[in-house]
Amino acid sequence: MATKKKLNLNRVDMPKQADFIRKRNFKEVALGYSVEDAVEEASRCLDCKKPICVDGCPVEIDIPGFIRAIANRDFSLAIKTLKERNCLPAVCGRVCPQEEQCEIKCILQKKGAPVAIGRLERFAAEWETKQDNVELPGIMKKTGKRVAVIGSGPAGITVAGDLILLGHDVTMYEALHEPGGVLTYGIPEFRLPSKVVTREIEYLQKLGVRLICNFVVGKTRSLQKILDEYDVVFVGTGAGLPWFMNIPGENLNGVYSANEYLTRVNLMRGFEYPKTYTPVVRHKKVAVVGGGNVAMDCARTALRLGAEESVVVYRRSEAELPAREEEYENAVEESVEFNFLTLPEKLIGDENGWLKEIECSRMELGEPDASGRRRPVRIDGSEFRMKMDACIIAIGNSPNPIIPQTTPDLDVSKWGTIEVDEDSLKTSIDRVWAGGDIVSGAATVILAMGAGRKAARSMHKYLSDTSL
Amino acid sequence: MFKVIERKSIVPNLHLLVVHAPDVVETIQPGQFVIIHAGEGSERIPLTAADWDREEGTLSIVFMEVGTSTGKLAMLQPGDEIQTVVGPLGVPIEIEKFGVVVCIGGCFGMGSIYPVVRALKEKGNEVITMLEGRSKNLLYWEEKLSKYSDKVIMLTRDGSYGYKGHVKKGVEILREQGIKPDRVIANGCTTLSYLATRDYAHYDIPVIVTLNTIMIDGTGMCGVCRCTVDGKMKFACVDGPSFDGRLVDWDELAARRKQYISEEAFLVHHSGCGGF
Repeated sequence: MATKKKLNLNRVDMPKQADFIRKRNFKEVALGYSVEDAVEEASRCLDCKKPICVDGCPVEIDIPGFIRAIANRDFSLAIKTLKERNCLPAVCGRVCPQEEQCEIKCILQKKGAPVAIGRLERFAAEWETKQDNVELPGIMKKTGKRVAVIGSGPAGITVAGDLILLGHDVTMYEALHEPGGVLTYGIPEFRLPSKVVTREIEYLQKLGVRLICNFVVGKTRSLQKILDEYDVVFVGTGAGLPWFMNIPGENLNGVYSANEYLTRVNLMRGFEYPKTYTPVVRHKKVAVVGGGNVAMDCARTALRLGAEESVVVYRRSEAELPAREEEYENAVEESVEFNFLTLPEKLIGDENGWLKEIECSRMELGEPDASGRRRPVRIDGSEFRMKMDACIIAIGNSPNPIIPQTTPDLDVSKWGTIEVDEDSLKTSIDRVWAGGDIVSGAATVILAMGAGRKAARSMHKYLSDTSL
Repeated sequence: MFKVIERKSIVPNLHLLVVHAPDVVETIQPGQFVIIHAGEGSERIPLTAADWDREEGTLSIVFMEVGTSTGKLAMLQPGDEIQTVVGPLGVPIEIEKFGVVVCIGGCFGMGSIYPVVRALKEKGNEVITMLEGRSKNLLYWEEKLSKYSDKVIMLTRDGSYGYKGHVKKGVEILREQGIKPDRVIANGCTTLSYLATRDYAHYDIPVIVTLNTIMIDGTGMCGVCRCTVDGKMKFACVDGPSFDGRLVDWDELAARRKQYISEEAFLVHHSGCGGF
């Protein structure tokens, strides 16, 4: 390998739709690398002997391996290498926070220009979709063991993908009419096109995963009964009840949870209304409360639905913003405004019950709190009002309550998350594993996938050890 | 896919839909609902079960044709397939031996009250069923309900059938007949539920209403169905849909029902012809 390779610090940019155009359409913002872009970027990789980037990846992708393949123009090997560890490269290449996982570990990061691992992953996945024949990996001899996966979001998909390859029969249950979980109802089209998710799910189905939509485990059938039909069960039911701020006026019309706003637009395709029938009100002045990726998604969605003003209201400062830098930058470019150190205190409505104003206080940062971030403290007498006709609350959600509520022997924390053994992700019920947001509380796609991988490993070990 | 067994107009604007959904009816209880999604482009609509047959695996629903998505459902023919019938969702309504229970049904609620009436009677309650409509031609299922009711009282606002009057008239009739209810259960539009709560308030007994809020997922994820009950935020889909009407913030509920009125009206009048 090239030990004397000259450092190339020119990270290849990925083309994007121009901000003034993209902020009014729902097409994908980032356009992806061309072949030449990808080869050039991949050639920057130093192919380290001890690749520490891999340590940063929750699903342990052979990062130098797939990048080397791209540099050598062997794209088929690149995608094969990726898929050995990651059944969702097209998704992860788009939505993983690489800058705090793999890319932050890259040696070139020290020089300020880490290899664009995410963009290369996305490139390899896109390359594959343009080929006529997608090569299916080998599936191990059928074991005859039956696996139920509850929830078809990132955690469930990973479990299904891993266990089907190991020869088990996998059935995946989904409550909504379309699979994908948060990838489908939550992440907007302009960041993750629905056709990408559909393709990844179809790939799983080609591998033999059985998908049952419109089935709410815990309601349609109890978890206990599902357990009678399968050898092992994985619960990956994700996010549930959206959090509100507990301030006056939150039930006014024009006030939404981020989940509702995004579900109307994404899953129900409200952005195509009136061609589709689920209505979305096209508000002119929209405030989004929160500072995470979901808040960015809402603020940018509002612009695309025609808002003249889209303002993020966040109680801490820019430095604490939890959203990915890339998403924050995109939002700023698209003219989303940011009101930092600001806390909504009261939502004020008109005589018909519609939001008209938001009363806020200014904040300052005090001592660090339990999360290690400096605690925002209200500045007395700083109240002011913003005229707004919509307010979207994007401050997180608690875990989905249905399985915990309907499964008597399942140990649940006081936050409603399912309690699991840290190493195996086994729950308090025999033959039941859990992972993703239902265990961790709201987190990221890749962390849910990492949990799915961990659970799948333990489930496979259990299935191999037991002859049923 | 879920096969349509029957779909017919039972009174003007109200339809009975019978659909094959064996998994749903296996565990369904009175007061629970399903979400129906007619297919690509349609809305997800919550509809309370009006009857079921576990052996046949069929579910019956009475729905009102109000907008584009329900309009699509109203066109279904036997043999057609519906993409989504998911459930049973929500918490079953409380069925105990309460004593004398007044069950009030209006509009689609004359259908959805039926499983409640049946279960209450089977528990040994004295069930007084009241059906309320504007006029005689809007009433249905009198005979079906009478099978499980000790008494069926029909109310029309124009006096064309039964007694003339609205919910309040029912209260007068009870008083005249010397009947003292122990519990009231009302199924129907928000107005009917509100009136039942108001007109029975002086009895100081639970008035259980089934709220028909807007919903999307129906599993507690989106929060559009939120309402204020006893001063607390509740989600009708997972905490309800049945609540004690005495604790419901009715003004807020009525306002929230109207969130999408202008969008819905637009759809009905938007022919898609591209004209202006």
